[in-house]
Amino acid sequence: MSNENSNLYHDQIVLHLVQFAVVWAILAMTAGVYISAELVWPTIDFGQFWLSFGRLRPLHTNGIIFGFGVSALMATGFYSVQRTSHVPLFMPRLAWFCCYAWQLIVLLGGLSLLAGWTTSKEYAELEWPFDIAIAIVWVCFGVVFFGTIANRKIRPIYISNWFYGALIIVIAMLHIVNSLAIPVTIGKSYSLYAGAQDAVVQWWYGHNAVGFLLTGGFLGMMYYFLPKHAGRPIWSYRLSVVAFWAFTYSYIWAGPHHLHYSAIPEWVLSLAMVMSVILLAPSWATMINGIMTVSSASEKLKTDPALKFIVLSLAFYGLATFEGPMMAFPSVNVVSHFTDWTIGHVHSGALGWNAMITYGTFYYMVPRLVGGELYSVRLANIHFWMALAGTMLYIMAMWGAGVSQGLLWLSVDEIGELSFSFKDIMSSMAPFYGLRLIAGLIFLGGTMLMAYNLYKTIAGKSAIKVQVPAVDPAFGVSS
Amino acid sequence: MSALSLHKKIEENTGLLIFGILLVSSIGGLVQILPMLGHDAMEEATANTRVYSAVELTGRDIYIREGCSVCHSQQIRPLIAEVERYGPYSRAGEFVYDRPFLWGSKRTGPDLHRVGGKFSDDWHRIHLVDPRAVVETSIMPGYPWLAKRDAIQAGKASKKLRALSRLGHPYTEEEIASADADLEGLKEIDALIAYLQMLGTGLSEDVSI
Repeated sequence: MSNENSNLYHDQIVLHLVQFAVVWAILAMTAGVYISAELVWPTIDFGQFWLSFGRLRPLHTNGIIFGFGVSALMATGFYSVQRTSHVPLFMPRLAWFCCYAWQLIVLLGGLSLLAGWTTSKEYAELEWPFDIAIAIVWVCFGVVFFGTIANRKIRPIYISNWFYGALIIVIAMLHIVNSLAIPVTIGKSYSLYAGAQDAVVQWWYGHNAVGFLLTGGFLGMMYYFLPKHAGRPIWSYRLSVVAFWAFTYSYIWAGPHHLHYSAIPEWVLSLAMVMSVILLAPSWATMINGIMTVSSASEKLKTDPALKFIVLSLAFYGLATFEGPMMAFPSVNVVSHFTDWTIGHVHSGALGWNAMITYGTFYYMVPRLVGGELYSVRLANIHFWMALAGTMLYIMAMWGAGVSQGLLWLSVDEIGELSFSFKDIMSSMAPFYGLRLIAGLIFLGGTMLMAYNLYKTIAGKSAIKVQVPAVDPAFGVSS
Repeated sequence: MSALSLHKKIEENTGLLIFGILLVSSIGGLVQILPMLGHDAMEEATANTRVYSAVELTGRDIYIREGCSVCHSQQIRPLIAEVERYGPYSRAGEFVYDRPFLWGSKRTGPDLHRVGGKFSDDWHRIHLVDPRAVVETSIMPGYPWLAKRDAIQAGKASKKLRALSRLGHPYTEEEIASADADLEGLKEIDALIAYLQMLGTGLSEDVSI
């Protein structure tokens, strides 16, 4: 490798990962729209096992989290860690291996879910061969990421890298512990934990996969791209530091709030509830930090769809991180648990926060990667309103459905007899499920507009060569 | 050393950052999970809880394969309405042979923890193939292929029992040896129904709530 090349950022891999992320978003959201249609018209699986709701639903969630989410996090993580460290990626070939091995895992893993290979543990459905492959690729991801940081030319490690770092470390820990199992065949294993113990381990994983992947990882994205795009430094670096440690410490405790009113010891549930409420502080501190950063660049907000997406995502982040702790109270959970309210809550996070901040970031990053302008700002603005409308309609439909279910299930008359049959309650949900289907279609339509827009922006171009800039001696590593 | 200068160190040292994250993020899990392992109430089976037979276990694995737990919980909460609707609330000791647990997180259909014995085998046979033939407004998918596939296609039961006995489930050598033969002549739907019919039968008969 020539000297000149060793001083260039590795951006082609970022561009590839962005494209994979968009493809997975469309495929996994299409699966989501399809299963939401199945709840309206239950026979549209046409008797085909691979179109059955029980198999497509894990495909939808895994496709979004691991296909779209992780590809987007790898892309933005690689982009930002190079720029905040002022060095090219450490072991770029290993980075390419991560990129393609990961796509293969998502592809084959998705097919294996359709074939019925599943552990049934939520967001950890993939069977043991995939679990091993995930662990290997994840460690490689960590080597590239932390290797780049170790090689950095800037003395302090910027805050975004801490969140990406926590994503890598904590997800590795959760994944390995939760996936421990005895294999029976290539597509079947039995969990090392049984019953109630398995439940505690699974929700320690499940809650924190949301915490450190969908929240922490995407906060890393926010901490780099929001200040960068707003052209302002983060409002309070000290607040971001405090919020980071508070977040990392307290999130882990909250998992058992998924198990209220179950056969888990009371003290574990109470502890989880208290820590869930405490978690509101670092969550909102981060949101406020982000919004204050952008407030001094509010002129740009009027015209720039990328920044609009990022700021709106923070609003939904604030909503979801408020709603979550509320749902952790037993008195609220007793109504919300097992209902569509949970589904709505997840989507206010997944659509409103994860997808929107990623869309904003892609609209910002892709034109810069290929050294051009965004193909159409107008289309991006239309996408913005479709994303907002789709998300709002989705959440409201699920609030309506969820609160109705929760209250009607619990309703008893004056002599303690059940007021309504389960069948009657659920057959009144059709209007909500219809609205949710429309909401999903609007959101998916917007995502397709973005795919077209980015496709035209990239169209035949590769990532331009970007030189690592000179280091300001005030922040440089003394060597 | 003040907190800020300590933090400055972490902020500039990759190894310390990794160590710090690992330390801080593992405390909650350790405090909550370690006491659960070896927790008596979670490991002592209730009166009538027993290991799954080869046929029931095959049925359970079909339940997992088809994603039934996506829409059906197996966790009855200790609330008046739940106990009236479904039966006695769920105890930890009923799940000691459940790998994985199947409590679920969503009820698009009703809870199934105490479904055992509530409907006849024939009702299940019709319902699983075409739910709307017995429940007009149901939005459950049909599973026609379960009636066509042989139960042994869901995996060799002998291997499954062997794996579970390694995890401490008390299967006898005879049970393991005859496991595959037990599935002979059965369709997948038969195994699934056998599992559904034994669900929730682990409490002693005198428990009413």
